[in-house]
Amino acid sequence: MAQKYLMKGNEAIAEAAIRAGCKLFFGYPITPQTELSEYMAKNMPKREGLSLQAESEVAAINMVLGASAAGARVMTSTSGPGISLKSEGISYIVGSDLPCVIVNVQRGGPGLGGIQPAQSDYNQATKALGHGDMHLIVLAPASVQEMATLTGEAFDLADIYRTPVMLLADGALGQMMEPVDFEEKPHRALPKKDWACTGHGGSRKHNIVNSLYIEPEVLEKTVVDRFKKYEQIEQNEVKYEEYLTEDAEIIIVAYGITSRIAKTAVRNAREKGIKAGLFRPITLYPFPEKQLDALADKENIKTFLSVEMNMGQMVKDVKLAISCKKDVYHFGRTGGVIPTPDEILTNIEKYVGGAK
Amino acid sequence: MVVFDKPKALTETPFHYCPGCTHGIVHRLVAEAIDGLGLEDNTIGIAPVGCSVFAYNYFNCDMIEAPHGRAPAVATGVKRADPSKTVFTYQGDGDLAAIGTAETVHAGARGENITIIFINNCIYGMTGGQMAPTSLIGQVTTTTPYGRDPNLQGSPLRICEMLSTIDGVAYAERVSVDNVKNVLATKKAIKKAFEIQQKKIGLSIIEVLSTCPTNWGLSPTKATEWLRENMIPYYPLGVYKDKTKEEGEQK
Repeated sequence: MAQKYLMKGNEAIAEAAIRAGCKLFFGYPITPQTELSEYMAKNMPKREGLSLQAESEVAAINMVLGASAAGARVMTSTSGPGISLKSEGISYIVGSDLPCVIVNVQRGGPGLGGIQPAQSDYNQATKALGHGDMHLIVLAPASVQEMATLTGEAFDLADIYRTPVMLLADGALGQMMEPVDFEEKPHRALPKKDWACTGHGGSRKHNIVNSLYIEPEVLEKTVVDRFKKYEQIEQNEVKYEEYLTEDAEIIIVAYGITSRIAKTAVRNAREKGIKAGLFRPITLYPFPEKQLDALADKENIKTFLSVEMNMGQMVKDVKLAISCKKDVYHFGRTGGVIPTPDEILTNIEKYVGGAK
Repeated sequence: MVVFDKPKALTETPFHYCPGCTHGIVHRLVAEAIDGLGLEDNTIGIAPVGCSVFAYNYFNCDMIEAPHGRAPAVATGVKRADPSKTVFTYQGDGDLAAIGTAETVHAGARGENITIIFINNCIYGMTGGQMAPTSLIGQVTTTTPYGRDPNLQGSPLRICEMLSTIDGVAYAERVSVDNVKNVLATKKAIKKAFEIQQKKIGLSIIEVLSTCPTNWGLSPTKATEWLRENMIPYYPLGVYKDKTKEEGEQK
């Protein structure tokens, strides 16, 4: 049996990154991701890696840009306020088709907000990580184990599609301790980084890493080509989990820590004779639209309830995914408040069979 | 017999720079230094936003285009990923001394073994002649139409002087390309900066006083005169930091 380690979610991401061959980590202190940076600072030097504290989030993401352009596996981590600062660099990284992993351990916002867990950066992560037509692959773990597993996958996805990948966690997942197994996973076939700036050695034309295209038609082509890549990602990389959806009348849609609370609420609802089920998106971009739409086509499913730690962000994607075929409601707590199973159950009872 | 050839470290792409602009001279000097030290195969250059944003088309080494002001951070990432490479940035005054001040200062503080070529022409060229952090008091630009007023827009930054106070900065020299003698001195300074990088003793920066005839509204000849009469008195030429000398003195 593989050895299990009891560790915090933040530490699990860090350890999984090192095991995935991450050679450089650039960060800036911010709660609630601090353990991740500290784990890197302690362990990278012992394992042929480098961990460097940058002067700002802006500098950290640009160090990521440089290291990625040089062909290395590289990561940065922060929380919402830091992502806002990094968004310039993220856009350049997308425009330059560079792979890297960016972690957001979410806290409450806007502004300085708070330091308790939230999911209020959903829209930012899935729709607005930088200026221009662009997306990142966004993975949403729901356990410390998944923090580790999805970190490894994030590095592979980044290299395969030459795109930054975001791990969207939250303060609860980052801080809580659970057993985690880092057993070696079969790695996917990775393309050669023949585009990297490593010095041409006199043996090839000089490589250029760039996001500037003065001719509109040329720029348009680069964007259109990138969106073809997004289509491929949508076809091949969507991840989700279904729980008791088969005979369900009401489907809770929830991701991350909220999905675990929702699972308890679903079980409690079942005990009361309410046919509730859970749909958990694991990829937030690409969003599991087709899979949700297929559920909406089922006659027994009447209602969708999006449960999020925000004022209603993912709920709009649920509505779009099912073209408003069925009723869609939202229940959320925000500002760092975590919903309880009872609150969710109350809302299940409220919305099952339509709003009363 | 060829006595004057194109450096290998430059591509065949013609420069887009305005007539009289000194970017062309400095590009050539950087390329000559790379050639002279045999570094072309092993060098990564970084050009962020500004008139020199297309430098990736001109230098025949691997090139990265960085966000505005962020070249020293990008260079840090490249150099830390593989310290055996030679890494240089080529930045203007708005890029290095305004939006990228923090990146510049902290690359120095960390003693990054990179070389910064800093073009100071007292103006934003690419966007059409706005005030730079190095614009002189009284200088008329499109955003200081009544002249730069220290009470309103503050005073111009002296970057080499400032960076020379930082322990991690190994070499800081201000040069000019307004005449042949100074061009030759600039060539020597740039070569020295790359040699310092090879010694791995910290950041090297060469500030090159340059002209922008187009946005200064002067002919190329008048522009070099303006540089001599106005810029050099405020930005004196010279070596502001040289760790190789300091070490020598200690011995």
